Amino acid sequence: MSSSTSRRSYGVKGAPYGFLLPATVLFALFFALPIGYAVWLSFRKVRVSGLGLGSGARKEVWAGFGNYTEALQDSELLHGALRVLGYGCIVVPVMLGLALLFALMLDSEKVRLAPFTRLAIFLPYAVPGVVAALLWGFLYLPDVSPFSFALDKLGLPQPDLLDGGPLYLALANIAVWGGTGFNMIVIYTSLRSIPAEVYEAAKLDGATPLQIALRIKIPMVAPSLVLTFFFSIIATLQVFNEPTTLKPLTNSVDTAWSPLMKVYQDAFGRNDIYAAAAEATLIALVTLLLSFGFLRAANRRNKRDVSQGGVR
Amino acid sequence: MSTLTVRKAAPAAGTTPGTAQGPPLRRRIALVPTATLLLGAVYTLMPVAWVVIASTKSGRELFSTFTFLPGTGFADNLKDLDAYRDGVYWTWMGNSALYAGLGALLSTAVSAFSGYALATYRFRGRETMFNVLLAGVLMPPVILAIPQYLLLAKAGLTDSYLSVLLPQILSPYGVYLARIYASAAVPADVVEAGRMDGAGEWRIFTRIALPMMIPGMVTVFLFQFVAIWNNFLLPYIMLSDDEKFPLTLGLYTLLEQGSNTPALYTLVITGAFLAVLPLIALFLVIQRFWSLDLLSGAVKS
Repeated sequence: MSSSTSRRSYGVKGAPYGFLLPATVLFALFFALPIGYAVWLSFRKVRVSGLGLGSGARKEVWAGFGNYTEALQDSELLHGALRVLGYGCIVVPVMLGLALLFALMLDSEKVRLAPFTRLAIFLPYAVPGVVAALLWGFLYLPDVSPFSFALDKLGLPQPDLLDGGPLYLALANIAVWGGTGFNMIVIYTSLRSIPAEVYEAAKLDGATPLQIALRIKIPMVAPSLVLTFFFSIIATLQVFNEPTTLKPLTNSVDTAWSPLMKVYQDAFGRNDIYAAAAEATLIALVTLLLSFGFLRAANRRNKRDVSQGGVR
Repeated sequence: MSTLTVRKAAPAAGTTPGTAQGPPLRRRIALVPTATLLLGAVYTLMPVAWVVIASTKSGRELFSTFTFLPGTGFADNLKDLDAYRDGVYWTWMGNSALYAGLGALLSTAVSAFSGYALATYRFRGRETMFNVLLAGVLMPPVILAIPQYLLLAKAGLTDSYLSVLLPQILSPYGVYLARIYASAAVPADVVEAGRMDGAGEWRIFTRIALPMMIPGMVTVFLFQFVAIWNNFLLPYIMLSDDEKFPLTLGLYTLLEQGSNTPALYTLVITGAFLAVLPLIALFLVIQRFWSLDLLSGAVKS
């Protein structure tokens, strides 16, 4: 083996870099360069001299951390972040709870119609977020909604689903509808990879399906729960499409509803790309800090579990 | 270790032996799981059923008849949608197919190259490159898209097909899946045997490794196709000429105009119905070949 490797060593050594060249070039052009440019812009601002007329009147100058201190004091950005926090506190537990429940049900014995229901629950994954928000948006309109229709027939008051507190539920429902199926598949896949022998002894001892689910299945799929939790948090922080799509249907979603909408609004609505760049950098930093913190915590837990297992 | 876990669960279970011999019906069909899953399916299918029904309603029926009562205006709605701005809707659909089809094809190729290299070669900087590529997943799309827009504007490329196509070719998730799949599906000794026979590295990849990677690459293609077809933000930022819009952006602008002219609502709904159809059809046809397991990174070697 060593002789063949050394004979062709140049070709073999260079090959992986050749295969990775397209990805590297694309990464440099469409990831690294834009990120670097955004960070650069976040430290810049425009100084307007005189009346701001004429070609030399607007000049880009160094701003230091000025854009960052402004962004941190911006109450709109803070409120957007708090709204997304509230929204995430509904979406993540409900979506993952349902995904786990459905995955366990699919994995249970003697369940009927499993292929059909699995496909049906996964189906929203194929529906664009914009279209999902649009469908639900119409279903929330009092004149169209079956909920309002039913409440009306019962003589009960019909809450406005697109305002105040219910708006959070309305938006959260769109995300739950769209994301449950994908997470269900991820959890279900790891459930199926548990060898059957693991359950046999428990079943012989007369454990009920519920006990098997709680004491064997859920602990064994914990790694995939961690993974889905992590990706759900990231997706929640980035919510943009759904509130943007609901905007034309209601006045209570403002242009800075979520932090990313605020970034978009500052960049293209107010044409202040410098402020937008600083806000974007802050959001990216928070995302990265959360991700690494979370992954480290998950790793530490794993190691502790392994060492405890060794002691036992 | 697993038997230990089981034995721990057993004593509590042993106290209720009666449940194991429940009524015969409950033993043949698991009622609770089946009912739960059916409820879930009703929830997920409800909006889809609604859009199918609503697309048959005329503008007046939409706001006056019961939600799930079919209307009489499907043919008219189709005709109106077709007539809207000289059939721009079909241009949007064609654009979506172009962005998603070509983009996913290129993306799969790049992922296959990278995944193969990361899985089969040992070289300096391998893990660093992999981790840096993966970190791309964490970048919020808006945060990338705005500087991408500003940079493409400097190159005079905004508001073009390329401005939507190019930024979506590199998919960190695609590279990740391709690496996992290649390391499971392409045995190292097969690659080594190819080298013994004097085949070049490119030849080994195209003739030996790539055919073994095909099932995984189908998954990467479909995943990326759905991601690009569903993307809204990037075209929203890059494009202003509605002849280049994909469906998502086109429908959004229709909805936006609809808030002033509710007559457009029926067009939005019919358009949404037709936009969902191709992907659902795609799903039903290919779900046999699509290994969903791979989406979660699970590979059977």
